[in-house]
Amino acid sequence: MATEILMPALSPTMEEGTLAKWLVKEGDEVKAGDILAEIETDKATMEFEAVDEGTIGKILIEEGTEGVKVNTAIAMLLDEGESADDLPEPSAAPKASSDDSEDAEKSAPAKAKSAAPAEDAPQPDRSPDWPEGTELRQQTVREALRDAMAEEMRNDSTVFVMGEEVAEYQGAYKITQGLLDEFGAKRVIDTPITEHGFAGIGVGASWGGLRPIVEFMTWNFAMQAIDQIINSAAKTLYMSGGQMGSPIVFRGPNGAAARVAAQHSQDYAAWYAQIPGLRVVMPYSASDAKGLLKTAIRDPNPVVFLENEILYGKSFDVPVMDDFTVPFGKARVWREGGDVTIVSFGIGMTYALEAAEKLAADGVEAEVIDLRTLRPIDYDTVLASVQKTNRCVTVEEGWPVGSIGNHISSVIMQRAFDYLDAPVVNVTGKDVPMPYAANLERHALTSVDEVIEAVNQVTYR
Amino acid sequence: MAARKTQAKPNVSADELKQYYRDMLLIRRFEEKAGQLYGMGLIGGFCHLYIGQEAVVVGLEAAAEEGDKRITTYRDHGHMLACGMDPKGVMAELTGREGGYSKGKGGSMHMFSRDKHFYGGHGIVGANVPLGAGLAFADKYLENGRVTFTYFGDGAANQGQVYETFNMAALWNLPVIFVIENNQYAMGTSQKRSTSTPEIHTRGEAFGIPGESVDGMDVLAVRDAGKKAVEHCRSGKGPYILEIKTYRYRGHSMSDPAKYRTREEVQKIREEKDAIEHVRDLLLQGKHATEDDLKAIDKEIKQIVNESADFAKESPEPALDELWTDIYADVAPQNA
Repeated sequence: MATEILMPALSPTMEEGTLAKWLVKEGDEVKAGDILAEIETDKATMEFEAVDEGTIGKILIEEGTEGVKVNTAIAMLLDEGESADDLPEPSAAPKASSDDSEDAEKSAPAKAKSAAPAEDAPQPDRSPDWPEGTELRQQTVREALRDAMAEEMRNDSTVFVMGEEVAEYQGAYKITQGLLDEFGAKRVIDTPITEHGFAGIGVGASWGGLRPIVEFMTWNFAMQAIDQIINSAAKTLYMSGGQMGSPIVFRGPNGAAARVAAQHSQDYAAWYAQIPGLRVVMPYSASDAKGLLKTAIRDPNPVVFLENEILYGKSFDVPVMDDFTVPFGKARVWREGGDVTIVSFGIGMTYALEAAEKLAADGVEAEVIDLRTLRPIDYDTVLASVQKTNRCVTVEEGWPVGSIGNHISSVIMQRAFDYLDAPVVNVTGKDVPMPYAANLERHALTSVDEVIEAVNQVTYR
Repeated sequence: MAARKTQAKPNVSADELKQYYRDMLLIRRFEEKAGQLYGMGLIGGFCHLYIGQEAVVVGLEAAAEEGDKRITTYRDHGHMLACGMDPKGVMAELTGREGGYSKGKGGSMHMFSRDKHFYGGHGIVGANVPLGAGLAFADKYLENGRVTFTYFGDGAANQGQVYETFNMAALWNLPVIFVIENNQYAMGTSQKRSTSTPEIHTRGEAFGIPGESVDGMDVLAVRDAGKKAVEHCRSGKGPYILEIKTYRYRGHSMSDPAKYRTREEVQKIREEKDAIEHVRDLLLQGKHATEDDLKAIDKEIKQIVNESADFAKESPEPALDELWTDIYADVAPQNA
C-alpha cells in the first residue's frame, strides 16, 4: 500500500516549516536513509531522510511552500508494483496526536498542590522526643554526630563514610574521630580533594546497594558537587518511575564560621530546601543532631544535613537510650509563650533563645520554635503557634532574598492571615558577601538585638 | 558495497554472528522508527539516535556476564536494547506513556532498569562517569565480582569530573570499564577542534589506567577488546579504558542539521564501514547464513519494532496523580 510521507517535526518546538527543496522527483526510487528534501525550520535548514524504501509516486507539496504544518502529507511513496494512478486522495493534516492537555487541565485539581497540608486547622505533634524520666547526659554536638554515625555503622554493614580527612586525620572538625579505629579503612575512607567526583561516586554507590555518608569539609566546597546532589541524587527516583532511590547522606558544616570571609561563609539552607526529592536537616542541639542524623542514615532518600562549626563544641542534654531517633518534619518548641512566635533553625536558634530570655525579663513571652528539618517543614507547629500569638518573627543567618523566612511568611499569610496582628518580620544575614574584618562580619550576621528589635516591631512596642 | 575487506574470524560461531546481526539490526530499526515517531510529533524534547554506533554496545554486551552493570549518557536507546530491556517499554518511554520504563516521567534521556542492571540514561554530560565508578565501588565493597561498563563520549571526555573519577578509580582499584564512544563530534564540535591530544585512550596513563583504541565499526573487535577489559577488571587489577572509534550517522539530536560535516563524509562511512553490513558480509561469505535467513531476521526485527511503536502509541499517558509520586521513597531499594 502506498505510504504518505509526512512533514516532519525537526525540533522540540517546530509546528510548521518551509519545504525549501525537493532532492527527489516523481518516479525516483528511494531507500531508507536517502535525503528526500531540505526543510527549513525556525532554527536551521535540515535534511529530511527517507525511512522506508519505495518509489516517489506523487509530490503533494511544491518546493518553496512556506508554513507547511507538521504531519501534513508532502508526498506519496509507492510500494513495489504500485502506480501513481492508483493513489487515493491524501488525508488532511492530522491533528497533533495525543494532545489532550486541555482535558488534563480541566481534570486537574482547581488549585495546585502546595507544600502546605490541606487541613485548615493545624494539628502539631507535640509529643516529647524521649520518654519522661530518661537518663540524660551532657554531650557536644560533635560527639553526638559521631555517636550517631558509629551506632548506625554498627547496625548496618552497608553504611560507610567518605570525605576529605575523615579517616587518618580523624576529621577536619573531628566529627569522625575514632571511626577509623573501630570500622577500618574499608568503611572510613579518605578521599582526594575532589568534591564533584566523590559526591558522584557516593550517589553511584547508593544505587549499588550501599548507604554512603559523604562528608563535605564544609558545604561551601559542595558547590563543586551540587550537580550530583541535585541532578543525580534528588531527581533520579522520579526520573526512573520509582526504581532508583538514592539512600545517601551528604553532611558537613554550613554557614559562617568566624573570620573566614565570603567563600567559606555561606548558608545553603534555602538553596537545598527548594529541591523536591531531597530531605534537608539543620539541627541546633546535640540531641537533635544525633537523633536526626540516625534518621537520615536510615532514610531511603538523599539527605542534605547542614551542621554548624560554631555549634560543634556546644553541649546539650542527650538522652541515654539504646536507639534514640528524631523524626523528620517535626519541629521542637523550645520555649512556650503567648506574645510572639519566633521561628528559627540551626545556629539561628542561639539568637532566638537569647532574645527570648531578654524579652521575658522585659515582660514579653516569646514562643520559640526550632524547625529542625527544612524539607519537610512542620507548618502545623508554626501555624498553631501563630494562631495563639498573632505575631511572628523568623531568624536565620542566610541571605534575605528567597530565604526560609520568606517562605514561612508566605505560608502564614496564606493560611493564618486573619490571625495576624502585624506583618511577619524576617531577621536574616545581610545581603552582602561575608566580609573578613571582625566588625564588618559582626554586622553582616544577624544578632540578638536585631531579633529583639523585630519582636518590638511586630508587637508595636 | 562492502568496500572493506572482510575476513572470517575463527573465534566466532555462526550463531553468535547471527545474534550480533540481529541485535544491531534491532537497534538500527528501532532508532529509525523513533526518528519517524519524532517527526510525527509523538516523541518530544531531545532525542539522540544511536544509528551507526550499534557495534559498540552489541560487542560489549557480548563480553558481559549476568549481573554486570552498565550506565551511559543520553544517547542511550541502543544500550537498553542491547542489555535486553523490552523495546516496548523503551519506545513507550520515548512517547511519554504509562507503559514506559519510567512511567513516562523520564523520557529519552532518563530510563533505568534494575532488573537488567541498567543504571541510566543521564542527561548531564560527564556526570554518569563518577556514578558508574560508584556502582563499581559498591560491587567491590560487597565483593560480588561484578564489573560496571561506564559509557561516555569524546565530548564528555573533556569534563573535569572524568579525571577526578579516573584518579579515584585507579587509587581504589575499582572494577569499572570506562568506555569512550568516540563518534568524533561533541554535538557540532569535531574532536580536532575540542581535544588537545586526539588519542583519548591514553588519557588514563597519568593515573596508571591502561587503555586501548578499538575499531568500533567491527563488532568482533569490540567484543574481543571488551573481554580483555572485563578480565582485567574482574581479576582485581582496577579500571580499564576502551576508546571505541565509531560514527553517528544522524545529527547530535533530532533538531541538529549536522552542517559541521559533509554529506560525503557520512555517506563514505555508511558505505565503507557500516557495522551491520560488515557482519552481514561475514555471514554470507562464510556461508553461515543465506539471504533468506537474513530476510527472515529482518522481518522478525521489523515486527518487533512495529509492535513497540504500536504499544508506544496505544499506551495511555500517565495518570495525573503520577505527577506527585516517586518524589520520595518509603523504603530503600533492593540491593542490586
